[in-house]
Amino acid sequence: MNKQEKERYLREYGILKAQGKPFFPYAVAKDGAMAILVMVVILAMAIILGAELGPKADPTSTTYTPRPEWYFFFLFELLKVIKPPELVPFATIGVPTVAMILLFLLPFYDRNPERRPERRPIATTAGILTIAAMGYLTYLGAAAGPPTEIDIPVPANVKAQGPAAVADFEAGAQVVAQSGCAACHKFGENGNDGPGPELTEIGQRLPAPAIERTLLNPTAPMPSYAGVQQDSPEQFAQMVTFLSELKAEE
Amino acid sequence: MPKLKVPSPPAPLQPKPKRPGKKTGPEGPVEHGHEATASTIGWIDERTSLSGAGRWMMFRKVPKGTNWFYTLGSATMFAFLSQAVTGVVLAMYYEPEPTRAYESIRRINNEVFLGELVHAMHKWGSTVMVILIFLHMGRTFFFGAYKYPRELNWVIGVVLLILTMTMSFTGYLLPFDQRSYWASIVGVNINGTGPLVGPYLSDFLRAGPYFGATTLSRFYAIHMMAVPGAIAALIGFHLYLVAKLGTTAPPWIRAEAPEATREEKVAA
Ligand code: HEC
Ligand code: HEM
Repeated sequence: MNKQEKERYLREYGILKAQGKPFFPYAVAKDGAMAILVMVVILAMAIILGAELGPKADPTSTTYTPRPEWYFFFLFELLKVIKPPELVPFATIGVPTVAMILLFLLPFYDRNPERRPERRPIATTAGILTIAAMGYLTYLGAAAGPPTEIDIPVPANVKAQGPAAVADFEAGAQVVAQSGCAACHKFGENGNDGPGPELTEIGQRLPAPAIERTLLNPTAPMPSYAGVQQDSPEQFAQMVTFLSELKAEE
Repeated sequence: MPKLKVPSPPAPLQPKPKRPGKKTGPEGPVEHGHEATASTIGWIDERTSLSGAGRWMMFRKVPKGTNWFYTLGSATMFAFLSQAVTGVVLAMYYEPEPTRAYESIRRINNEVFLGELVHAMHKWGSTVMVILIFLHMGRTFFFGAYKYPRELNWVIGVVLLILTMTMSFTGYLLPFDQRSYWASIVGVNINGTGPLVGPYLSDFLRAGPYFGATTLSRFYAIHMMAVPGAIAALIGFHLYLVAKLGTTAPPWIRAEAPEATREEKVAA
């Protein structure tokens, strides 16, 4: 806005303001009504939805789902859309940082004096698209509840090793399912495709020791499972066995 | 010294002049009540000179056409106040110790009088506040309210938005149940993948390279002292600017020329 436009705005605003009503009591009445509505909504949600606790936090337990509060879903979904590891920093902090900077500087690069939404088509469209994208990602995050079940048929070569190996494989599948790995990895038909790579055939790519190393010392954002190994080494071993048996059917 | 120009109360609220021929001085309980209020306010004002500021804030005019969308900012503030009050109540019983945090919340839910209600109000109040802050931001965006001369108020608003999201992130760990614990680990790890400051930020949040006992107290200190203080101070500055600059009129409202100039035009 140049000086003339600024002056024109201030003049027009001065007239509109002079024709307005005092804040108290007119605007205060509306604000008060809204405050009561907010209070009623909070109370109603609190009474209907309650505040249940899940099981106590346990670094050594494997039954959890790393699920953030719903208004962070869109960030988590962003991680899924952008998958190659070298782009992950870009998705996690890069995109949000750029979005934040764009938000901060909005009044400084949008210098159009026009204020009516229908006469600023670029700003209005960008705003609507941003809202739609965030809404869509939030919806995806809400719809893709982290599954806690993994049905993968026991591979033939495990069956050939006898019932003990089959039992180990199935126990491992259960540990992995309960550990929330499927929130970030895909196993056959189950789980989310991202932010982690698909693990359906992980045994093909990584030998058991390498899988173990990944679980103990993973690359972020995957959490470390060192606590599980310390306190339930048996379950940890079953998990590794299960993963290393996941190979392509010949 | 020039006096600050302050608006006077709207006509219905102004004291009515006495009818001629009546006694001077207050009559009846209502007038005595008014008199007592006025003299108390006068006493405070004599020492603080605050009444000018109060009138400046409360009796300023809001432009023609101001509608319900303009209540979203104060609704956000109200949700914040509700969070502050319920948060103080929770802090009376909460213990930020990894071994006791979960039990203390369990006690709030099961034993403290109305504890679960207060806990639930705090939990769902955060959702309500986040929704309201986004709606308020949307309103100021689509109304072009961030333009001259209110740019700085927009910038303060963005800081408030980030601080509000920080509150949700740090608060989520506090119940210390499985979901909040593992979600916070993943969240901190996600921070750690960020460029440049990422690893430092996640080390700072965890208070070290691993999630440990100090992590919880660090989250707690951020959640209940550092950030709320900053939010309250910034809301104060945000509102000062709102009163100083006035709220926008809806963008589609045009000023009609005042009576006097219109008649001139007719005559010309
Ligand atoms: C928060 C999301 C998340 C969770 C939960 C998670 N992972 Fe991961 N995982 C990842 C990401 C992201 C990578 C990729 C890291 C990289 O590229 O370096 C990965 C990589 C891996 C790899 C290496 C894959 C390869 O191709 O190199 C294995 C194996 C693995 N995860 C197993 C697991 C198991 C088993 C669990 C559950 C006990 C689990 N993950 C839970 C995000 C997650
Ligand atoms: C804790 C959060 C916040 C509180 C309590 C708050 C409060 C308020 C209040 C009470 C007003 C007066 C007018 C109205 O209610 O619409 C206002 C105006 C304004 N707010 Fe906020 N706000 C918050 C966050 C934000 C955010 C996130 C933004 C944008 C990024 C923002 C930008 C603005 C702008 C530009 C105005 C001037 C609007 C006008 O004059 O029409 N605020 N705020």
